[in-house]
Amino acid sequence: MTMDQYAETFREETLELLSELEVGLLELEQNPEDVDVIGRVFRALHTVKGSAGMIGFDEISRFTHEVETVFELVRSGGLPVTGELVNLTLAARDIIREMLDKNLAGESADTEIAEQLVAALRGLVPTQDDFSANGVAETAELIASGDNETSFHIRFRPPANIFHRGIQPLGLLQELTRLGSCKVIAQTDAIPGLDELDPELCYLYWDIILTTEHDEDRIRDVFIFVEDDCELKILPINEDLLAQSGEGGRLGDILVQHGDLSRDDLERVLQAQNKPKLGEALVQAGVVTGAQLDVALEVQAEVKRQKQKREAVEESSSIRVRSEKLDSLVDLIGELVTVQARLSQTTAGQDDPVLNEIAEEVERLTWEMRDHILNIRMLPIGTTFSRFQRLVRDLSQELGKEAVLVTAGAETELDKTVIDRLGDPLVHLIRNSIDHGLESPEARRKAGKPEQGTIFLSASHSGANVILEVRDDGGGINRDAIRDRARSRGLLTSEMETSEAELINLIFSPGFSTVGEVSSVSGRGVGMDVVKQAIDSLRGTITVTSAAGKGTTFTIKLPLTLAIIDGLLVQVAGEKFVLPLSAVEECIELSRQDVANANNRNLIKVRGEIVPYLRLRERFSLNGTPPEIEQVVIAEAMGQRVGFAVDHVIGEHQTVIKALGQMYRNVKGLSGATILGDGTVALILDLPPLVQDAEADERILTDSIH
Amino acid sequence: MAKKIMAVDDSATIRQVLSFTLQGAGFEVIEAEDGQAALEKLANDPPDMLITDLNMPRMDGIQLIREVRQSSWGKFIPILMLTTESQEAKKQEGKAAGASAWLVKPFKPEQLLAIINVVLL
Repeated sequence: MTMDQYAETFREETLELLSELEVGLLELEQNPEDVDVIGRVFRALHTVKGSAGMIGFDEISRFTHEVETVFELVRSGGLPVTGELVNLTLAARDIIREMLDKNLAGESADTEIAEQLVAALRGLVPTQDDFSANGVAETAELIASGDNETSFHIRFRPPANIFHRGIQPLGLLQELTRLGSCKVIAQTDAIPGLDELDPELCYLYWDIILTTEHDEDRIRDVFIFVEDDCELKILPINEDLLAQSGEGGRLGDILVQHGDLSRDDLERVLQAQNKPKLGEALVQAGVVTGAQLDVALEVQAEVKRQKQKREAVEESSSIRVRSEKLDSLVDLIGELVTVQARLSQTTAGQDDPVLNEIAEEVERLTWEMRDHILNIRMLPIGTTFSRFQRLVRDLSQELGKEAVLVTAGAETELDKTVIDRLGDPLVHLIRNSIDHGLESPEARRKAGKPEQGTIFLSASHSGANVILEVRDDGGGINRDAIRDRARSRGLLTSEMETSEAELINLIFSPGFSTVGEVSSVSGRGVGMDVVKQAIDSLRGTITVTSAAGKGTTFTIKLPLTLAIIDGLLVQVAGEKFVLPLSAVEECIELSRQDVANANNRNLIKVRGEIVPYLRLRERFSLNGTPPEIEQVVIAEAMGQRVGFAVDHVIGEHQTVIKALGQMYRNVKGLSGATILGDGTVALILDLPPLVQDAEADERILTDSIH
Repeated sequence: MAKKIMAVDDSATIRQVLSFTLQGAGFEVIEAEDGQAALEKLANDPPDMLITDLNMPRMDGIQLIREVRQSSWGKFIPILMLTTESQEAKKQEGKAAGASAWLVKPFKPEQLLAIINVVLL
């Protein structure tokens, strides 16, 4: 084996680690003392160094070693995380990135810069006397025990005379909260009536659910001064409970285990129970109190959380596969789906039960396989989100603005191809939000907003689509500026009336830019139209809404996958077409009489609303006469309802999209083709361009009349 | 206002360690060299917490704890007794007298502060 064989793996691994490093460093900037993050940064550096050294990239290994050394010191508590350290390490990350490219290409990197950086990093390290060995040991211990949390159910019943010994239970509970995340439920059932109550005694007792990285002894230590006199039960919440039942341990069992409920009482209530909720029944029967029930429910929830966590850990074991392999798998499954459809169609016409059974089995397996394969290609979009943190940081510094990026829904999964092609448009939108959206800190202060602007980036699922939002809390879009610009560019004539929404969506028109001078950030010769094109090519849509003084929101709607769409199969003059089902709202009939009633204009009334429609027969210049009763597919395109008149609606059709090839690249209104079960080809319609074209034709027509 | 802690021990070194540690943590410290002296100082100026050695001349720690618990002001204040390894019986006696907590000498400053953290709210 030669080193070259490892190079690609090393490259991928290192890129991944470098972006982890970047994310970690940016997090550290916010929380400089987060031990977990420091640990992560250190591990990333450590791994880069190790693998680089292993395959002979000594330059990277040596340089990373220097950075690692500094972070080892940080990790052991000998060096605080400062802004300077983060800046230097970010710079170091960039150098490693550069070294990686150069070394892979067989060149060597610019050592001078690297050496300067190493010197600067070393300058941050204090001399040996500046920190005590004591502190080092303690922090190291903290890190070592991380990641390893257990949950305990603690029942603490202090002696009634605890106050006479000068001990406040609150102090003990507070100490517990320092050990980990802690839920405390007070049990009040032992409080006597007022006439019997001695205010100097303690009648309360507590149930505590504690999730901690410490062990039982450490918890016992908290109670050391009262342990001999109090009732103290510490039960680990763990696999034993998990084992008892599937859904986080049965409620009754938990109560019995805690001694709040006898097995007999449980059986009795279970037998008498006719309501679905055991907990309520138990409380009503008076065998447990509401607070005891709360504790048991809390334990149950904790067990469930642990189970989910364990499953998540199990899931995350993975193997690395080249994405080309997946692509060819998707192509193959596409072919298989097509062949399978033909098989089903062929067997359906034959009266052979054995053959039919086989065909049905093949169909089931094919669909299952298709779903699985498409699923493999799904990646969490968070991988792209992380690089934007750096972008926002650098850009806002460059532009003299203060901005922070808040992301949500990073776990939302999307086809890898879609994610790859989303990067540039998102970068552009974020640049735009910082450059044009956010005001300067002074302007924000005057407007009574916090000086630091916020860019929100979120992803979420919505049916077969993924919705991405880029939102800023800036000044909003200047509508007058858009109107003026649109008129000067001829995008808008003075007599044209536009709705608010139509007006601001004009920024997606080609050649549109509201800022007079081209800044180096948003400028670069591209405008929002390029973003729109990119989104269009992903079969997505982009819209913008804006509120003056409050901010602007860009909403991108994308299909989950590019390879397969749910389509509606229709027929016009013997030709078959597929409309994307996600855009289709309903199908209605159109008779000759309807057409006559509308004075032969292409308008149809759908439950009181007038909807324009276009005839596919005319758009594609197909011969023949339409049937007596046509079908109109009402769909949503360009933010409005538009009808498409066809001869017949055949039905839903799962469509494997095939590209049309070079020849047809410039044909508007078609996004691809698909092979039907009988082997014939159907064209897949791209609705927005179709509508645009029809509108343009209409305009030319009306203009020529004027 | 800073919480006030009284430190009672017949050893000047221990008193200094206590004072230094507690003052460093932001507490106000009153020192006394035995139970008798402590009670005299306490009467006019009750503290928020008491730390006392057990073996002292004139009045030992156990007696001091009993006296404090019977006073009008000291019924509920946290009392930390300083013991040594061999004093298990004394420890039980102190607990019975009303001590909140104990700390075995020699101790580290962090240990002292950790206990105060729990018992003094």
